[in-house]
Amino acid sequence: MSSDATPPPRRRRRAFDWSTAAIAAVAFAAAAAVYIRDGREHFLAIFGSDLTLFGEMLPKVLAGCLIGAFVTLLLPRELVARWVGHESGFTGLAVAAFFGFLLPGGPITIYPVAGAFLAMGADAGAVVAFITSWTLCGYTRALVWELPFFGPDFVIWRIVEAVPLPIVAGLLARIVVRAGLVRLDIKR
Amino acid sequence: MILAVNILLWLVVGVLAFMAALRGRVLLNDGAREGLWEFIRLLPRIGAGVVGSGFIAEVLPKALVASWIGPGSGFLGVLLATIGGALTPGGPVVGFSIGAAALKGGAGAPQVIAYSTAWALYAIHRLVIWEVPMMPPRVVWLRAAVSVPLPFIAAAIAMALARP
Repeated sequence: MSSDATPPPRRRRRAFDWSTAAIAAVAFAAAAAVYIRDGREHFLAIFGSDLTLFGEMLPKVLAGCLIGAFVTLLLPRELVARWVGHESGFTGLAVAAFFGFLLPGGPITIYPVAGAFLAMGADAGAVVAFITSWTLCGYTRALVWELPFFGPDFVIWRIVEAVPLPIVAGLLARIVVRAGLVRLDIKR
Repeated sequence: MILAVNILLWLVVGVLAFMAALRGRVLLNDGAREGLWEFIRLLPRIGAGVVGSGFIAEVLPKALVASWIGPGSGFLGVLLATIGGALTPGGPVVGFSIGAAALKGGAGAPQVIAYSTAWALYAIHRLVIWEVPMMPPRVVWLRAAVSVPLPFIAAAIAMALARP
C-alpha cells in the first residue's frame, strides 16, 4: 500500500520567516500603542484574553500537526489519485471536491497528492477542484486555525458558502483548457 | 464546543497513530517526531498572530475600516478585501488573525469572507513558496486564474444568505 508512493518532497525549513517577523513587529507596535493610549489595565485585559485564546489553540494545533505528519506518511497517494481520476465529468469534480474536504493536513500533504493526480492523468478541472476544496472546506484547517479566531457561527457560515466554489473553479479550469488558452503538457 | 473539537481532533490523531503503529514502530516514531517539530516551529508564529490580533483590532481605526470594508461598503469593499487578501503573506495564522482583527474592528462579514477566501486561494507569496515547487507551474497559474472570481462569489452568497 505504501510502496507505490515516492516520499513527499521535503519543505525547506527556514528558521526565520519574514511574514512572522512582520506580524510580530506590527503586534508589538499595536500593543505599545494600546499601553500608551489606554493605560496598563486595558492593556492587561486584552493581553489576558489573547493569552487565553492562545492557550486554547495549542492542543488543537498540536493535534493538527500530528494529523498532517501521519497522513503524509500513511496516505496511499496513488490510490486516491486512481479514485479521482476514475470518474470524469461532473461526478469527477464532485469526487475530487469531496476528497479535498476529507484529507487533513497542510500543504506538504496536499500538493504531492495533487501532483500524483496529474501524473496519473486526472484532468486539470479535478485537480483544481481538489485543491480549492481542501483550501476552503478542509476540516482540519477550519477546526485548528479558523475556529479559535472567528468562532463556530462564522466558520460554519463561511464553509457552507464555500461548498459550491470548488466545482465552480473546476468547471472554469476545464473551460479554459478546452478553449485552448492553456496547454498542459503534464509530462515534464 | 471547544471540548468536542479537541476530542474529535485527538480521535483522528489516535486512529492515524494506530494505523502507523500497525505498519511499524519506525513509522509511528517518524510521524510523531515530524508532527512535534512542525508544532514547535509554528509556536512563535501562532503566538505573534494570536496575541497580535487582539491589540491590532484595538488600535485599528474603526471608522476608517468600517467605511472601507464595513458592512455598507458593498462591492467596492469586497474588491478591496480581495486585493488585500491576495497581497497578505502566507503562514497559517497571518490571514486569519488579520481577518479576525478586521471583523472586530468594524469590517463586514462578506468582506472578511472575501478577504480570507482570496488569501487562502491565491496569496501571491504562498503560490510562489509552496505551490510552484511542488506542482507544474502552468497548473498553479491556471488554478490561481480560475480562482480570481471565487472571493466575489463567496461574498455574494454571504450577502444573499445574510448572517445567522
